[in-house]
Amino acid sequence: MTGRWMMAIAGMVLAAFLVAPDRFAPLFQPLTRNGAPAIYQQTSILSLTLSHLGIVTVAVLASTVAGLVLAILVTRRSGREFLPLARTVTAVGQTLPPVAVLALAVPVMGFGTGPTLVALFLYGMLPVFENALAGLTGQSPQVAEAARGMGLTPVQRLWQIDLPLALPLLLAGMRLTAVISLGTATIGSTVAARTLGEVIIAGLLSANTAFVVQGGLVVGILAVLIHHGFQALERRARLRTGLD
Amino acid sequence: MPRIQPPAVLFALTGLAGLALPLVQLRPNRIVPGEGIALAGLPGGAAITIVMAVVLLAACLPRWTADLRLGVAIAGLLAVLLLLGMAATHLQQSGNALARVSPAVGFWLLLLAFGLMAADAVGRLRLSLTWRWAMLAGAVGIAAAILVSGILDGVSVMREYASRSDLFAREARAHLTLALGSLGLALLAGIPLGIAVYQSPRWRGPVLSVLNIVQTVPSLALFGIMIPVLGWVAATVPGAGAAGVSGIGAFPALTALFLYALLPVVSNTLAGLTGVPVAIRDAAVGLGMTRAQVLGQVLMPLALPVLLAAVRIVMVQNIGLAVIAGLIGGGGFGTFVFQGLNQTAMDLVLLGALPTVALALVAGIALDLLVQGTRRPAP
Amino acid sequence: MIEIRNLTRLYNGIAVVDDVSLTVKTGELVVLVGTSGSGKTTLLRMINRLIEPSSGQVLIEGADTATLPAHLLRRRIGYAIQGHGLFPHWTVAQNIATVPRLLGWPRPQIDARVDELLALFQLDPAQFRNRMPHRLSGGQAQRVGVARALAAKPDLLLMDEPFGALDPLIRAKAQADLRDIQRRLGTTLILVTHDMTEAVDLGDRIAVMDGGQLVQYAPPARILTDPATPFVRDLIGTGDRALRLLSLTPVSDVAAPGRAEGPPIPAEASLRDALAECLWSGRDALPVAGGGVITLDTLRALARPR
Repeated sequence: MTGRWMMAIAGMVLAAFLVAPDRFAPLFQPLTRNGAPAIYQQTSILSLTLSHLGIVTVAVLASTVAGLVLAILVTRRSGREFLPLARTVTAVGQTLPPVAVLALAVPVMGFGTGPTLVALFLYGMLPVFENALAGLTGQSPQVAEAARGMGLTPVQRLWQIDLPLALPLLLAGMRLTAVISLGTATIGSTVAARTLGEVIIAGLLSANTAFVVQGGLVVGILAVLIHHGFQALERRARLRTGLD
Repeated sequence: MPRIQPPAVLFALTGLAGLALPLVQLRPNRIVPGEGIALAGLPGGAAITIVMAVVLLAACLPRWTADLRLGVAIAGLLAVLLLLGMAATHLQQSGNALARVSPAVGFWLLLLAFGLMAADAVGRLRLSLTWRWAMLAGAVGIAAAILVSGILDGVSVMREYASRSDLFAREARAHLTLALGSLGLALLAGIPLGIAVYQSPRWRGPVLSVLNIVQTVPSLALFGIMIPVLGWVAATVPGAGAAGVSGIGAFPALTALFLYALLPVVSNTLAGLTGVPVAIRDAAVGLGMTRAQVLGQVLMPLALPVLLAAVRIVMVQNIGLAVIAGLIGGGGFGTFVFQGLNQTAMDLVLLGALPTVALALVAGIALDLLVQGTRRPAP
Repeated sequence: MIEIRNLTRLYNGIAVVDDVSLTVKTGELVVLVGTSGSGKTTLLRMINRLIEPSSGQVLIEGADTATLPAHLLRRRIGYAIQGHGLFPHWTVAQNIATVPRLLGWPRPQIDARVDELLALFQLDPAQFRNRMPHRLSGGQAQRVGVARALAAKPDLLLMDEPFGALDPLIRAKAQADLRDIQRRLGTTLILVTHDMTEAVDLGDRIAVMDGGQLVQYAPPARILTDPATPFVRDLIGTGDRALRLLSLTPVSDVAAPGRAEGPPIPAEASLRDALAECLWSGRDALPVAGGGVITLDTLRALARPR
């Protein structure tokens, strides 16, 4: 319960800061030197936040659709042949550093939001795929047997049994993806994507700690809120299926 | 009618696309865009294209065994690398001295096709642990031999390397120091902390929440915040500066990586210890072991596989995150990545990114094998 | 001699073991029996101080166990538990050698002791010494667990449901072997079980626990013929207690002079075996190997409470 209150307070402080960042200037003033501005001014932090969230949302949704579809394909009878390969590729893919994936996307796609989106999408697909796979293959054999025994067609089994039962794990995969993407997107501003990383990098370049801290705080609070939001969804999904 | 291997069809399609698309890109100099040249467009390339296409299609036949496929995949990988080197050398001779030849999408697709084929074959062969170690060592050895041989020296990334080989060695050392040093520190601090929260459950929640929150701070910000914080510590805490604490150089990056590494080490130490069956712990205490003996002789050895899994997570994560040190003057391969991004010199970006990816990949696979080697069957 | 005096253990103010006193003579096999939650395991674990008593004392040969450091006390007391708790990262020999090693025995003596115990438990030392626990069958692992508990020649052995994880066939053999080894070594043994049949088969005396209290402490025959409370009667089950009673006495104890027809019954067989043989072969009396007879009338008389 205290957790929920803290989330609510964090969310309200964040909202207040995004709407009227200048009100918070006295708070950040001690972190600046030589009369540097305490609040990032070049672009509105609100618009950067929205753009940041937009990129992450698009990437997470795309990774979820792609990861889920792939997981469904490799767990069907006709796709079984791909299952070992898919597992290997996922394991290898997750050892690739997100920063390096981002850097490698630039030579192919150029600067801007594009490479960030692609890197986030590719990297984010892995946790979703892995978790969806675990959800689709991990259910008890009795359930599958019962579903077959009652005469459900494979498609009915997928929609009515397999996917609902895999939902909690799928949500957990989305949570991992969302939190990783949120952090990695900040690095996207080194390749000229419009994200909150811009604030942090401006702070690094001008040795203005206030910028670094406010950029970091906004992303950090967003990450905590999203993390807890997904966890609440997972809990509800688990309760519905009686897994808790 | 024999059944066709579906994964092989995927590899073949990927490979065929790679053959059709430009293998390399030829640019008049380091930063301007250039024109793509497909394998068929190179002298003798048409014949090689046909041979490769036939091999890729033939691999779809069900008759082919996994070891044959593995052989073909390895041969294919080597051939693709050699073709890249030869194309670069050839185009360089015919062009001006500033011209750059870099791998293009066709090269990457071919590499992907044969790489997937190799991965699929290795997966099907169910090799023993020893064999998988041997294969990893072999792959690293062959890659090193190709780089040393000079075959690829005409490729743009290697030319970028040639002009700064001393610097590369230094940044490579710095990168490894950052990744391994922070891992070492995290183990030194994290294992005792994990043991402590195992023994006093009251502290579990608070310690793990704090470490979890550290993980949510974006890496860029954590690295950045370390500079003023450590600068302040070095200036105000007596003896801190002398002990090596500093707000500039590699120290802030090392500290940030250390903080990120702490959560996996602490939580896996805890998970490993709590995972030891109660009967075993009971038996150890009941036979008259002291607390230290129970911990050192029974609990820690049994928790080792889980702890090693944390080492794997941290190692791979730190190799990747250490790139960000390049942005705050902490050294490492990130220096090349961010310099390259600033100068829009993509070859320089690759010079930083490719070794990082290779390092993470090798470390990840090696530690996976190590974890599997220590995992014991349950009694 | 083990003396348990007014031992009590409280959890959140509730007595899990409530003022229990009992004495175990040297060389005796005492079984603590009760339902789950009866406090029997807690009582056992207070003897080697895996659980510290809230009040009361345990005296071994007159010395208060609370005066020793707990780990030194435990090295003098053998301990074997359900599911055996073998250390999966050590070989069978290393497992058995645990306590001798903790006590700092010289290496050759430890090796000799390990081989001796393996042989005692019918495990070929050459074959089993270097085997890892996960490659043992359930029965073998159980024997190694007991061997480990006996390694440093403890005067007292504590066992918590030692046969709990075994299937019925192996269990009977393991019980007989344990009884045999305990007699031979003269070790005092306190064993916890929830299985009354096991208690009757094994115990010199049985301590029945209920709700943290000791409700009866007596030899098996007494428990069967004269249960102290309705709870004890329920626990023993009244259906076959006549047969159980017969199973406690060997034929040789009651053989009378005389002659009977047919093949003889071994002297160490139980009266229950003799009854079964009478019924099966349709005889009223059986000759006993080594002399004497046992008659159906004797059996009938002995199968009633005395």
